Amino acid sequence: MSDPTTSTASRASGFWADTLHRVIRNRAAVAGGAVVAIFVVVALFAPVLAPFDPLKGRLGDRLRAPSAAHWLGTDELGRDVLSRVLHGARITAQVQVAAVGLALAIGTVLGLTAGYVGRSVDQVIMRFMDILMAFPGIFLALAIIAALGTGLGNVIIATGIFLVPQFARVVRASILTLRDMEFVQAARALGQRDIAIVFRYLLPNSLAPIIVQTSLRMATVLLTASGLSFLGLGVQPPAPEWGAMLSNARSYMITAPHVAMMPGLAIALVVLGFNLLGDGLRDSLDPRLRG
Amino acid sequence: MEGEVIATYVTRRVLLLLPVLLGVSLGSFALLHLVPGDPAMILAGQEATEEVLARIRHEHGLDQSLPAQFLVYLGNAVRGNLGISIQSRQPVATLIAERFPFTLRLAFLAILVSAALGVVAGVVAATRRNSILDIVALLGSLVGISLPIFWLGLLMMLVFSVRLQWFPAGGSGTAAHLVLPALVLGAASSGVIARMTRASMLEVLRQDYVRTARAKGIGERVVIYRHALKNVMIPILTVFGLEFGYNLGGAVLTETVFSLPGIGRLIVEGIFARDYPVVQGAMLVVATTFVAVNLLTDVAYAFFDPRIRYE
Repeated sequence: MSDPTTSTASRASGFWADTLHRVIRNRAAVAGGAVVAIFVVVALFAPVLAPFDPLKGRLGDRLRAPSAAHWLGTDELGRDVLSRVLHGARITAQVQVAAVGLALAIGTVLGLTAGYVGRSVDQVIMRFMDILMAFPGIFLALAIIAALGTGLGNVIIATGIFLVPQFARVVRASILTLRDMEFVQAARALGQRDIAIVFRYLLPNSLAPIIVQTSLRMATVLLTASGLSFLGLGVQPPAPEWGAMLSNARSYMITAPHVAMMPGLAIALVVLGFNLLGDGLRDSLDPRLRG
Repeated sequence: MEGEVIATYVTRRVLLLLPVLLGVSLGSFALLHLVPGDPAMILAGQEATEEVLARIRHEHGLDQSLPAQFLVYLGNAVRGNLGISIQSRQPVATLIAERFPFTLRLAFLAILVSAALGVVAGVVAATRRNSILDIVALLGSLVGISLPIFWLGLLMMLVFSVRLQWFPAGGSGTAAHLVLPALVLGAASSGVIARMTRASMLEVLRQDYVRTARAKGIGERVVIYRHALKNVMIPILTVFGLEFGYNLGGAVLTETVFSLPGIGRLIVEGIFARDYPVVQGAMLVVATTFVAVNLLTDVAYAFFDPRIRYE
């Protein structure tokens, strides 16, 4: 994307075909993409794939080790662990899509405004982002949960706001480099309106870093949201959220460690998938960053 | 001249921080008022009578306007008065003074772990680019970044405390209690630091002065450790500051897994008990610490790398 002429409409198909080729040749992107694709399929079809009801268990079958009937065993209420992990993918995907969508929308608007308008508007927006980023890691999400309370919706808001500064910074940085490029200057000289410049030239050319961020932040959201649920401050039981499942499984770590294995492994695999995909996309979409 | 440039740079950085710190305290102040319900009721409890509520409102200045309340809050906070815990009736500042040093120690140990692991892995990966070692280091650091620390903590506890019984499974008091938490917390940062070290090392190895050193016939070992690594450490320094902050965040989860008495547990318990003065005070202290650490690393960066000061 460093050469702006390749992204104009007449060559668009060639550009995207070329990009697709580079992505496919990138092993990290393909491996990560495969993990993410499996995750999406599981999230979409969990009710069909899961052998049991994730919320109903038989108390006679408490904390059973993995067997032919229950591939991953049962938990402290006799619920099928596999079915719960599969259904957990649904909750996870919901949180990820909503929170990253929220951060993407707000962050892009803020970053775009800061980068394009500049001066005092830039100062005000970026100082506000600095304030949000002054609460390290999970603390900002914790503060929002403290104010709003627990539950799925509030987890989405908390993790979404937590990521707004990341998107705002990436979009702003991209706009700042593009703003003074010749093709943008030319558009302005030809009398194009700001709104047209933003949507026709600046945003399309900022897509690569935005896409990379989206993939990487899917991973961050999952770690943060499951962390909140693990603390008991996120999605609440009996919902089969992976972090909440781990939190319950803690009490049975010694007698039934199998209950804690799968939810943690699921989080790790999905996070790894999005990280690999994001890294691979960065290498293949953004030639400037290729090492 | 040299000292003047640094002084100007530091002054400018500190001035830029003032609005951030003001915003952080406004955020922490706003917390109590963002919670649905009457702040006086939250502080006094649901069963409080009207007289008690009136007294609480007066004591906490809740009968004043919001800007006036914020100024009082800010003035108190600057003097180290962060209010009284609803639950324990102790000053919040005392509770934080009891708990925060523990978290700082944990975060510091974790940084040591990640610096040792990360820098070594990064240098090895960069100097043997595209070898098996490089791939292992890259994949390993990506896995380290991707593992949820609460799960890694549970696994380590299961293996090293329950099965092997090398370390205690939780609690605090001795050095042995801190080994597993510091390793767990350091694992994620070491991935970040390894990747950063590898990238900057590759960058430095392309520089002219490295080529000159090699051309002079200096041994590869000397080139890497004397010439390159010194320059690699400068950008990594900034990452240490950031990672220290993330370790404070990660400490919330680590302290929960290992039942450790740090500030992360204090905040989580505070949220559960709806003890808002504790949550507000602890948030303010953590954010201020993070901002201060970042300032220190930036100043150190400017000190070591003169190019930064003239930006």
